[in-house]
Order: sequence, then C-alpha cells, then structure tokens
Amino acid sequence: MDMNQYLDMFIEESKEHLQAINSNLLVLETEPDNIQIVNEIFRSAHTLKGMAATMGFEDMASLTHEAENVLDMIRNHKLNINSDIMDVIFQSVDLIEGMVYNIIEGGDGSADVSKPVSLLRAIVSGDMAVVASGQAAAEKEVTAAAAEHHHDLDEFALTVMRQSKEAGNNLFWIKVTLQESCMLRAARAYMVFDQLENAGEIIKSTPSVEDLENERFDYEFELIYVTMKSLEDIKKMVENVSEVKEVLIKTVEVTTPQVQVEEAKKETAAAQAVEKKPAAEANAAPAGAAKKVSTGKTIRVDIERLDILMNLFSELVIDRGRLEQLSREIGRGELSETVEHMSRISGDLQNIILTMRMVPVEQVFNRFPRMVRDLAKDLNKKVNLEIFGAETELDRTVIDEIGDPLVHLLRNSIDHGIEMPAERKKNGKPEEGTVQLKAYHSGNHVFIEVKDDGAGISKEGVLKKAIERGIVNPATAENLSDKQIYELLFASGFSTAEVITDISGRGVGLDVVKNKIESLGGSVSVDSVRGEGTTFLIQLPLTLSIISAMLVQVENEKYAVPLSSIIETAVFRKDEIMLAHRQKVIDFRGRVVPLVSLKGIFQVPDQGNGSDDDEVAVVIVRKGEKMAGLVVDSFIGQQEVVLKSLGKYLVNVFAISGATILGDGQVALIIDCNALIK
Amino acid sequence: MLEQKEIIGEVKVIVFRLQDEEYGVEVNQVLSIEKLDHITRVPRTPAFVKGVINLRGVVTPIIDLRSRFGLEEASYTETTRVIIVAVNELEVGLIVDAANDVIDIPVNAIEPAPEVVGGVEAVYLRGVAKLEKRLLILLNLDKVLNTEEMKQLDTLEVN
Repeated sequence: MDMNQYLDMFIEESKEHLQAINSNLLVLETEPDNIQIVNEIFRSAHTLKGMAATMGFEDMASLTHEAENVLDMIRNHKLNINSDIMDVIFQSVDLIEGMVYNIIEGGDGSADVSKPVSLLRAIVSGDMAVVASGQAAAEKEVTAAAAEHHHDLDEFALTVMRQSKEAGNNLFWIKVTLQESCMLRAARAYMVFDQLENAGEIIKSTPSVEDLENERFDYEFELIYVTMKSLEDIKKMVENVSEVKEVLIKTVEVTTPQVQVEEAKKETAAAQAVEKKPAAEANAAPAGAAKKVSTGKTIRVDIERLDILMNLFSELVIDRGRLEQLSREIGRGELSETVEHMSRISGDLQNIILTMRMVPVEQVFNRFPRMVRDLAKDLNKKVNLEIFGAETELDRTVIDEIGDPLVHLLRNSIDHGIEMPAERKKNGKPEEGTVQLKAYHSGNHVFIEVKDDGAGISKEGVLKKAIERGIVNPATAENLSDKQIYELLFASGFSTAEVITDISGRGVGLDVVKNKIESLGGSVSVDSVRGEGTTFLIQLPLTLSIISAMLVQVENEKYAVPLSSIIETAVFRKDEIMLAHRQKVIDFRGRVVPLVSLKGIFQVPDQGNGSDDDEVAVVIVRKGEKMAGLVVDSFIGQQEVVLKSLGKYLVNVFAISGATILGDGQVALIIDCNALIK
Repeated sequence: MLEQKEIIGEVKVIVFRLQDEEYGVEVNQVLSIEKLDHITRVPRTPAFVKGVINLRGVVTPIIDLRSRFGLEEASYTETTRVIIVAVNELEVGLIVDAANDVIDIPVNAIEPAPEVVGGVEAVYLRGVAKLEKRLLILLNLDKVLNTEEMKQLDTLEVN
C-alpha cells in the first residue's frame, strides 16, 4: 500500500513530537523531580513510536521503544535521573531526529541503533528486580485505568441507551479487531463507523473517535451501538469492511444506570484480560491529545496550497491595478465606485492571505535551546540562552530560510563571543555567559537580535586579519570607523579554513549569513563593545510576495522602488545640488546625501525630451544608516506590487531585485536600493 | 524506403527566418510563438538581452537571436515573432524575423554543421538538414542559452 500520502503528516508530527521532547528534556534537566514533565516526554515518545511502527520505520520504533522503557521507569520512580541517563536520552533523540531528516530526504530512515539501544537497556537492567516489579506495577496501573475508562459512560449516554432500549432498539457492544497487516487503520475504523452510522447510532467508542481518526489505537476498538437491526445484520455489515479480522457483538442490557455500568464493566473486563498492553497504549495517547486540542481551533493546510492561493491572489492584484487604471481613464462614477469597493475588499483579502502565511519565529527558535546546551557542553562553557519575542510572526518562506543564518550567528556568539568560565570570572563577569535571542516587529520589518555578553570584537584582530587576507589595504584600514571595521566580518573571504573549529567555522563565514539574509530582502549589521559583548541585528521584510512600492518614471521607463527603503520623496531646485569630490550631493535635513542618477546608472536611452525644469525629483532611500538620493524624472505614485523573479536566465542583474507586472500589463523592474548605496 | 524511414524516425521542428536563412528548433522545446509586444529593457545586461515581457503573468526574458549570433540587427516588423522556448528549466523568448512553419524532417537528413553557416558559429548548431529545396539550420538551444558567460558566482550556491 502506498504510504506516501501519510508521509508528510508523519514527518510534520514527528518533528513536533521531537521538538516537544527536546524542550521538555531541557526542562527536566533543571527540574529532575518533575514527574509531570517525564509523563509529557513519555507520551510524545509513545506517539512517536506508534507512528514510526505504522509507517514501517523499524529502527526508529525500536529505539523509541527502549527510550520509552527508561522513561517509564523514571516516571514510576524506579529510576532516578542523572546526567548520564539524560545524555543517553538526548543522544537517542538526536538519532531519531537524524532518521526523520533522512526520511525527509527520501531515505528509508534506517540507522544503526544498536549502541543507544544497548545503553538504554543497560539503564533499564540496572536492577532486574526493580525493572520487573516496575513493569508489573505499570501494567496493574494500566489495567485499572482501562477499566475506569468504561466508567465514564456519562449520564447522557446512559439515558440515550435506556431510552432507545425502551423504544425497541437493540443495544450492542461491538468489538472490532482489524487485521494486523492493515495499514490504514484509521481509514478502516472510519469505514466501520460509516457503515454502522447508516443503520443506527454509535453512542460510545473506545478509544475515542478522535484517537481512532488519528490512528492512536492498535488493532481493536470497542463501540456501544444502538440500532433497529439484528445482531446478525450488524455483524455482517461490519465484516464486509475489508481488513476486519474479527467482529464480536454482544447485546447490552440496560435496566438501571448502575446496572449498565456494571454490565459495561463486565463486558470489558473479559476483553481486557487479553488486551492489557493495547489498552495501555490507547490510554496513554488521549492525555497527550487533550493538550493539543486545547490550543485552539486550527486546521492543517499544505503550504503548497497557500502558495497557490498567494499566486492566484497576485494575479488578482495585477488585474486590480489594471482595473483601477481603466476606471480612471474611463472616468465613470459607477465604475470607479465599484472598482474602489473591489480594491478595498481585495486589500482586506490580501491582509488575510498574508497573515495566513505568517508563522511565529518560535518554530525556528525552538531548536536553539538544545543546540546551545550541546554546544556549551562541547566547549566547556557555561551559556544561558534567553529567548524573547518567540511569538513574533514572519512569512513562512522567510522562516524556512532564516534558520541556518541564525544557527551560524548563535554558534559564532558561543564559540567566539562567550569566554571560558575561568576567564569570565577573572574579568568580574558571572561564570555563565548569556546569549539573548530577540525578535520584534518594527514597521514593515521584523528584527532579530543575537546578543552575547562575551568578549566583544577585537578591532585590531579584525583589521589585522582583513589586511592579511587582502580585503582592505593598510592605508585605508587606518581611516575606517568602528562600524566599517565590524562590516569587514561579513566580507567574503574573511573567514577561511584557518579558523575552522568544529563549532562556528566550517569554511563558510559570516558573508554567507549576509548573502542569505540579503537574498531575503533583509540586512544584517553588527555592533560590539570590547569586553561587554557583541550584537548582531538582522532586519527582515514581513513578507516576500507583495510589497508596497513607489513607481517612478525615467524617460520612457518605469521602475518600482520598494517603500521599505524609501525615507521620503522630495523635489529639489537644481541650484540646491552641490558638488563634493565631483559627486553630486544635496543637503537633506542637514545631512549630505549623494545623488544617484537612475538614468545614468541604468543607461536609460534618452528620448530627447530633455527637461528644462529647474527642479529635480529625488527619492531618498536608505540602507541602514546610509542614504542616497535617486534622481528620477517624475513620481507616478504608490502601489502594491507583486514581486516576480526575472527568471533563471537573468541572474544577478545589477541593482535589480526583481520585476512586477503593472496595471497596463507591462513589466516594471524593482530597484534594489542596497546595491545603489555604497 | 518507407520502412527505413519509420525506423529512423523524424523530428518535428518549428521553422523560423533570420536574415536570409531558415532555422529550426525542435517542437518539444517550444512553448509558444508570440507577437512582439512591449519589452521592458533590463539595464546592464548583454546587448542581445532585449529585456523582459509579461507572458501571461510570467516575467520572461527576451533575447534577440540576430544579436546573439552577432548578425546585423534589423528593426522589428509585422512579421517579427518571439519564440518562447524552454530548455533546462530556462524559459526564454527568442526574437526572430518570422516564424510560420512546422515541418517533419527525417533524422537521416541532418548533417553536422560546417564551421560557420549563415554567419552563425557551429557551436550553436545541432546540424544542418538538407531538404528537397531548402536548407534548414538546426539550433542547439543548450548552447544558445548558455548562461555561463552571464552568471556570476553565487556564493550561496557553493555553500
């Protein structure tokens, strides 16, 4: 049977569970006595095991199973947590994570699990007697729990049962056992339900419908069912569903509510004798599920569908532009009104679609505590990671891309920034270094800060290295400002093989981080105080697909300047233009801003309608602290534009970040202001 | 004869005109043939890149084949067409003087191209097909659309 359709879900859920396990393990490390946390971890591990087994990833299932045994002992107070046990568990989780990634990449998720398995077994067998009694105790507990399960046939269900009985309906207890080869158990269960609901009503199911749907059961489930049909008919009906191995049906007698409960108990007790273990599994899951449900009403949507929605909407935005233009040209009141209304609605729609694609950066931040812990341990440093603003939302596409650069920066901070505990103590700092990871919104941007309280950047060291590598020459090096010196860290070729440590240097330097972030339309800067620490600041656009832009005209050509880089548009008299080092500059609010002629830089063909105006239109744009004035012929106006790529044929076009389609169907290029500001 | 033809097979090509020669590109590489519409110039690109067009919502780069092959550039006329081709995930429009024919040519009629045909270097050619009355120059689009000379090293890709 083809499991591919379930694979995505398996991967997603595995990731979630692994994430939950990881963060809970970290909590457990600080509060080793918190059995509640152990329970959480156990549930995640258990679900993971079930899913892995269903999908046929045997190695993953067996490893998880062993880990589960250890966890089970911990939660039953048969085993005390120590750092050795934690390490083994962490290692196992890593291995499982590795398998999941292997599966994502199309592998079969197999791996050599013998070592962690034997370690885990060693932990378990630390005391055979304890283990044995522990398991016995666990099973006893489970049996009790399973029996209790039937107590909660609530008053409502009982009333329904009683009334339907009085109305002449048959009341059955049905136990369905699926074939062990059955792959789509949830689907089969659904089919059974579907059949039964055609002829009656299911009052109660064990495990719950939700667990059945999520395949959180083994091969059996039990139902209490009301119907007009006879026992034989029902039996036949259920048996008709394929891959059903066995159907057990008994009539349930209802006299008084109490008796019913007794009955139910009796009925199920027999079943439980043979299914202690499955019942335990079915029971462990619902508790974990309950937590998930409470997080709100959400549905899972394939990101691909959202992308399609976005693309379709982009088309609509283009047509909206066209309609707006047409209605202006035609100038009929009714038409303009309708178009205006449509524009407003599509504006709202746009907001909704864009927010639908927003996900909290938490998704990315989640994995960092674990990473930082391991890294600090490897380096024998003490590091405390503080995360702020994990709820800040970013476009999904940006989220997907931002992980690696952040890992790089964090590794950098911990490896190069935070000092060894002894050295920190000597310098009067607390032994434990702090790395802060902060995310926050500001305007149309999201900022992410990676800040450490380490040694700071040595300017001399950076300069020396930059000169060695030929990135700057010694003469200019003397005149560089602090900021410019720090910028050198991002220069390509600054970080090379020589500085490879296992941690931050893998032959790629911060220039890779910079490139990646710039490719996302963002920017990165660094600030540092010697002895006090270093801060990396990443600025990212909220979304990548629809942006606000100012359309400008240069001769016959139209260009779009992203609003995010515009400070303002202004008109200057020609006599306000000054020359500094043969560069045209203007005085903009007391700052000298160099002018860049778009016509010159883009070699726009002259149409001969040379302007004799004594005024120039200038778009003041910025890149970080720096500004420039783009000289254009005229401003056309502000518009929402859909970002399109120029395609794979035209790559790295100077100062052009993409294109957009205007209302008249023509293509306008989007200017990359960062490239124009030196 | 007929039997032999079946074994060898034929290729279907779109025939277009450039200067005074007839050229062919395989039909399965051609997405569509368009009339020349507004082209948005892309600054600081090679001279043969005329710019980009809006092809049903997709921004598609356009190159002038005459200019690509170093032939004399001509002004565009009513018959000028843009052949949209797709090769190796690249979608590019080729400006040609005219395009109006689809023909089948037997594979055995294709011969390797001489050094220079009609002013076009052999590297860009797949071969020359001799048909009854006409000589058809078959293009090697992989080479024509080779972006190596335009591509700059993308450090991210290296990573």
